[in-house]
Order: sequence, then C-alpha cells, then structure tokens
Amino acid sequence: MSVHPVEILRFNTCGSVDDGKSTLIGRLLYDSKNLMEDQIEALERSADITGGGQINLANLTDGLRAEREQGITIDVAYRYFATPRRKFIVADTPGHVQYTRNMVTGASTANMSVVLVDARLGVIEQTRRHSYLAALLGIPHVVFAVNKMDLVDWREERFREIRDDIEAFLPKLGVLKDVKFIPISALNGDNVVEPSPQTPWYQGPTLLGHLETVHIASDWDLTAFRMPVQWVNRPNNPKDHSLHDFRGLSGQVARGLVKTGDSVMVLPAGIKTTVKEIWTYDGVVQEAFAPQSVTIRLQDDLDVSRGDMIVGLENLPGMSSELRAHVCWMNSRPLQKGKKYFLKHAAQTVQAVVTNLDNRMNIQTFEPEAEPAELVMNSIGEIRIRTAKPLIYDGYATNRLTGSFILIEQGSNQTVGAGMLLPPTEPVKPEYQDFAI
Amino acid sequence: MPPGVERPWPVLDQMSSYQLDHLQYLETESIHIMREVAAEFERPTILFSGGKDSICLLRLAEKAFRPSDIPMPFLNVDTGHHFPELNEFRDRRAVELGGKLIVRKVEDAIASGIAVPNPGEVSRNRLQIPTLLAAIDEFQFDCAIGGARRDEEKARAKERFFSFRDSFGQWDPRNQRPEIWNVYNARVNPGENMRVFPLSNWTEMDIWEYIKREKLEVPTIYFSHKRQAVRRGGQWLPVTDIVPPKEKEEVREMVVRVRTIGDIISTGLVESPANTVDDIIAEIAAARVTERGSRADDKASEAAMEDRKKQGYF
Repeated sequence: MSVHPVEILRFNTCGSVDDGKSTLIGRLLYDSKNLMEDQIEALERSADITGGGQINLANLTDGLRAEREQGITIDVAYRYFATPRRKFIVADTPGHVQYTRNMVTGASTANMSVVLVDARLGVIEQTRRHSYLAALLGIPHVVFAVNKMDLVDWREERFREIRDDIEAFLPKLGVLKDVKFIPISALNGDNVVEPSPQTPWYQGPTLLGHLETVHIASDWDLTAFRMPVQWVNRPNNPKDHSLHDFRGLSGQVARGLVKTGDSVMVLPAGIKTTVKEIWTYDGVVQEAFAPQSVTIRLQDDLDVSRGDMIVGLENLPGMSSELRAHVCWMNSRPLQKGKKYFLKHAAQTVQAVVTNLDNRMNIQTFEPEAEPAELVMNSIGEIRIRTAKPLIYDGYATNRLTGSFILIEQGSNQTVGAGMLLPPTEPVKPEYQDFAI
Repeated sequence: MPPGVERPWPVLDQMSSYQLDHLQYLETESIHIMREVAAEFERPTILFSGGKDSICLLRLAEKAFRPSDIPMPFLNVDTGHHFPELNEFRDRRAVELGGKLIVRKVEDAIASGIAVPNPGEVSRNRLQIPTLLAAIDEFQFDCAIGGARRDEEKARAKERFFSFRDSFGQWDPRNQRPEIWNVYNARVNPGENMRVFPLSNWTEMDIWEYIKREKLEVPTIYFSHKRQAVRRGGQWLPVTDIVPPKEKEEVREMVVRVRTIGDIISTGLVESPANTVDDIIAEIAAARVTERGSRADDKASEAAMEDRKKQGYF
C-alpha cells in the first residue's frame, strides 16, 4: 500500500445560536461515515438521558459538560474527518455575540468559512458580522449554507431572496474572492453529503462535494520570499566534527520560495548575502516554499537572531515601528489610546503602545465611526501603534503570516487583540546594501 | 475512516509541486510549534511514554532541532502499572536519541505523601496527576510538550496548542487564550506553566501513516501477539498480578494487540492479526470504534476527561 498524497482543507463553521452549526458538523461526520460505533452509542446514551430518546447530532461537538447542560457551544472545538479525496480540519466556532473572538480564532487558519444562515430568519446581524470577519481575515473561500430550508418548504424564492440580500452587502466587504450559496437542511441531511430531491431547482454541488473539490492549491502566496528566524541552530560540542562550524537559521517559510544560491537580505540589519544550503532532517534540499519548516545556512557568518527575517530581494517587505492595523478586540478590558501591550509578530515580541484609535467598524452599516473612545470586546477598528523595535512586515491582505500580530496584556499575559496590518507605505530601504567584512 | 473506502487514496492530479501533502502539512505545523517552545521557554520538557504519539513527537523534535541536540529533557510519569515492553522501549529510545530521560514514579509519590490513594483505589490514573505536578515543580519546568491529539476525545477537541495552566496546574476551558494564526502566546508568570500539544491536529490514522513514512520503531505490544486476557467491564484486559482474575471471570489466551496504551490494568486488548504497520493502517481504516473506545478510564462518565484535565492531567 503506498502512502497517498492528499491535501488538508481547513474550514470553520459560523452562524448565530441555533443556526445548526453543531448539527451540520454532526451530519457531515455521520453521513460521510466518519462516526464510530462507540460515538454513536454515546450519542444514544445521552439521547436517553436528555434528549427524550432522539439522537442529537450537536452532542458530538459540544464537548464540555457545561455546554451540554446549557445547550450552547462555549469554545472552539476542532473535528477531523476524511473522505477519499481530502482530509478536513473543522473549527466549530460559536455564534454568540460575546464569542466573536472564537470565530476569529477558528477562522484565522481556515481555507474556507461556512456561514450558516437560518432560512426563516434570513440575514441577521450575526450573518453580517461573520461575513465581515471572513473578509477581514482574508478567508480565501466562503460558503453561505442556507439552513433549515425544510422549514420554508424548500421554496426557491426564499433561497434567492437570502442570496440577493447577502450579495447586496458583499461588495462593501471588498476582498471576498470565492463565494458560494447552498440550500441545505442539516437536520435531515439534504445537500450536505447527498444531493437533495427537495431542490430540483439547485444545480450546484452539495456542501461536502464543494469541500472536496474547491481549488486550494493557490491559497499560499509564492511570490516573494519571507522566513522569520525562529531559532538559531548551532550544535554544542557535536561529536561529528563537520558540524563544528554549523550555524543554521531555523524557521517556517511564511511566504514565497527560496533556492540554494539565491541572494537574500537579512532584516532589520539590511545585509545582503547568499543562501549556502537549505538543511532539513531528511537531507539538504534545493528549494523551500511556504509553509515548510527548514534550516537555512547563509554564505556569510552574520549575527542573526530570533525575530530577524530573511527575505528575497524582490518585493521587499515594509519595516517600521509606526504601524496601522485593523484589530479585533478580545478582552473585557477595552483597548484604549496610550495603553501599552506586548505585540507578537512572526517570531518576535516587542513592546507596543496604542497611539491612536482611528475608527470603529459599524457592523450594521459597514461604515467606520471615527475616533472612538475605546474598543470594547468583540469590536473591530483601525488603530495606530508604535513599537519599541521595527516590525518587518507585509500588509495582511497580501500575506496572512507576515501581516498578522497578537496583542498581549502585560501582567495577566492574556491574548487581548488580533491585529491585521495595513500595507506598508513603502518597502524597506536598507542603508547598507552589501555585506562587507 | 469510512468502511468501503479503498486505499491507496487517489493522487490528486491538480496538486502542484509546491503543495504539501497532509503529513507534510501536519509536520511543518508541529515543527514550528516545537521551535517556538525551544525559543520562548527557559526550562521546557517533552513528555515521553514510549507510546505511538510520543514516538512521533520525538521524531518531530529531531526534525525541529537537528543537527543540534534536542534542547530539552524527556519526562515520564511511571505509574508502576506500565507494560514492561513499553518501559524497555522508552529507555532504549531515549538513549538512541542522546536525550536525558527523567522518570518519576507514582510509587515514590505515594511513599512521600505527594499522591494519596483513596482506600481500595487500585488504578494509578488519578495519582499520575500529583506526581506530574511534583515533577514539574522539582525541575521548575515552565513548559511540558505532550502528545495529546484533539481527535482522541471531546474535551481534548477544545484544547489549544499552547494550553495555559495556572499555578495549581489547572486547565480552565472557559478562560483559554484565543489562538490566532500561528502566533502563539507563550508568556507565563513564575509558577505558572504551559502544556503544548504539537500533535493537536493529527488523527490516529495520521500517526500510523507517519510511523510508516518515517520508518519509526514502535513497542511490540502494538502488533499482534498471544496473551492471557480476562473479560472485565465489557473489555478484554491483560491478566496481571495487580488485579488477578477472580474465580468467576473468564480467562482466555488470545491473539491481540493494543490500539492505545494506558496502564496495563485498564488497557483494552483488541483481537487482531495485524503484524505490520501496513496491517494496522488497514485495520484502522476499517475500524468501527474509536481508539479510546478501548480505554476503561474514559468510560467512567461523559465528562471523565474534562474533569481530569481541569485537575492537571495531560
């Protein structure tokens, strides 16, 4: 039996309370035969206790006791299933207003967001919020699953109405590239795994069919090389003498690709050098691309440490300690002007101060409100930050990994904000171009 | 894995050469996390039991840190109820990797009063917790890397990669740090610590496929062998001196293997002719129960794992 190359697709589900997210995931697992007998047994056990005998597919994902008792999902739960075509990592993200931070968490690594819309209720504030977040977070693919179609008698007009409502506000969000609408009933399984006989008017794929076939190969940006240095790899007292002078720079390629012999620049020093070798445990390789983890050896013995970035010479990143970013606030203590935080970006953590709150997004109108006094939990706005050391970065819309940061509250060490950097006004202009001894 | 699915899986023709397959994707994610730990913590450790997940963990550590030494010691809590094959393998593998292995025994923790068994309590499952916390305290570890996977159990499914524990070693599921992109918040105050789970996104199948790809050795008890087994609590358990079979219990010699390894008194045996990693992969692909279906310690209640984790279980 040969080991098969098979891709992983990561998606998250979002919607309002009772839109049926957990039921939908339960349905995907159940109908694609990814549930095991003991899981089904456990479902039946709890059905006897709390469900009046009816199996509740939502119990599969509502993992914590508190959730089962209250019938809500309080945190992101991750699920795994596979079909012959793909493997899936699902983040089940709660719909409560107060848990937007969890949606941001679940969606930040997703290739696709599945936004659930209750066919009876149509577009509500949560739909707009989740769509906005999906766009802001740069999710490459979005599906609106119009659920509970059975409760509106599978009327095509209702489906079209909801689609039109959503399409009316999508242009204001800007960057959503690939959007699909699918009429489903998670409870009964229509158009989830199997095509539904109820929707002769719908010609598109089932939800699972779409998950299996959507093109994700180009979700990684291979245009410009970036590797944040995570860890300096220098063997202590190696038994192998050839390793005495080994000095490698370990990290995960965050964007683009690099080849042996390529000219690269080390930032913030701004020194040019050449890639001597790309080292991995499995052997030396000729090239490395995002998101591979490798160890790079440079031609020149430079003083490089964690937090520095190795970049390609084309499409240089920005480098600045004065930054503008969208931030999603995640803590009950609000974001205020003048407050200091730790900011972690790629492989470096620096002190940062919020110098201004430019605006706060109104999710209803998608209009920014200028100069708010503060950003409370679950609100999103544009801020200005000054950092103690410059960041080497791309705009978030260009590249997620070099354009994102988190804010950490000093003292409590809580992660309080998720930041998405606006594009640099100009690329870095290093003072010292060439390495000279 | 659904039954009736035929392996090998089809090769996707649209896959470009700059695309990672699922194991390569999981691997790079795990390596990234391991390196973050090495860079951000002063005294990290890797929990190593000799089980299949921690075997993968150590291979990932090699991938993250070679040609340097793995920059953290290995720690194992020995309940005294381990399969002897497992401990033999654990000790040998640690030496092969040139790592420092620290073993702390529940036995000793009981003797010194750190772990206090309830009257008549035979299982060492609960007593691992104080033993582990004492070891963390003894060596001042600020981070322990573990091999837990989210697909194992419902409470695990809510765990972060970087899972914060307060100064009592407790997990608070309602107050977890949001984890966004691959930017991990590794900050802890003195006395607090972090549990880090690089295999969070791996499934049981991924683990075995990785063992195959990497040609990793695993303890012999994962493969088919003959063993005396006793029927107890709806499962076949190994016959041991710790809890000898009672008169009315059915004892049988069987051809079995273990799917997941816990203590010898609570690890369900599965009847299996699987002699090779390929056999095991085929068996899991056709399996109709989950891995933890064979663990008596999880069946205690629907929230068994959640309760143990809150108290500091790994």
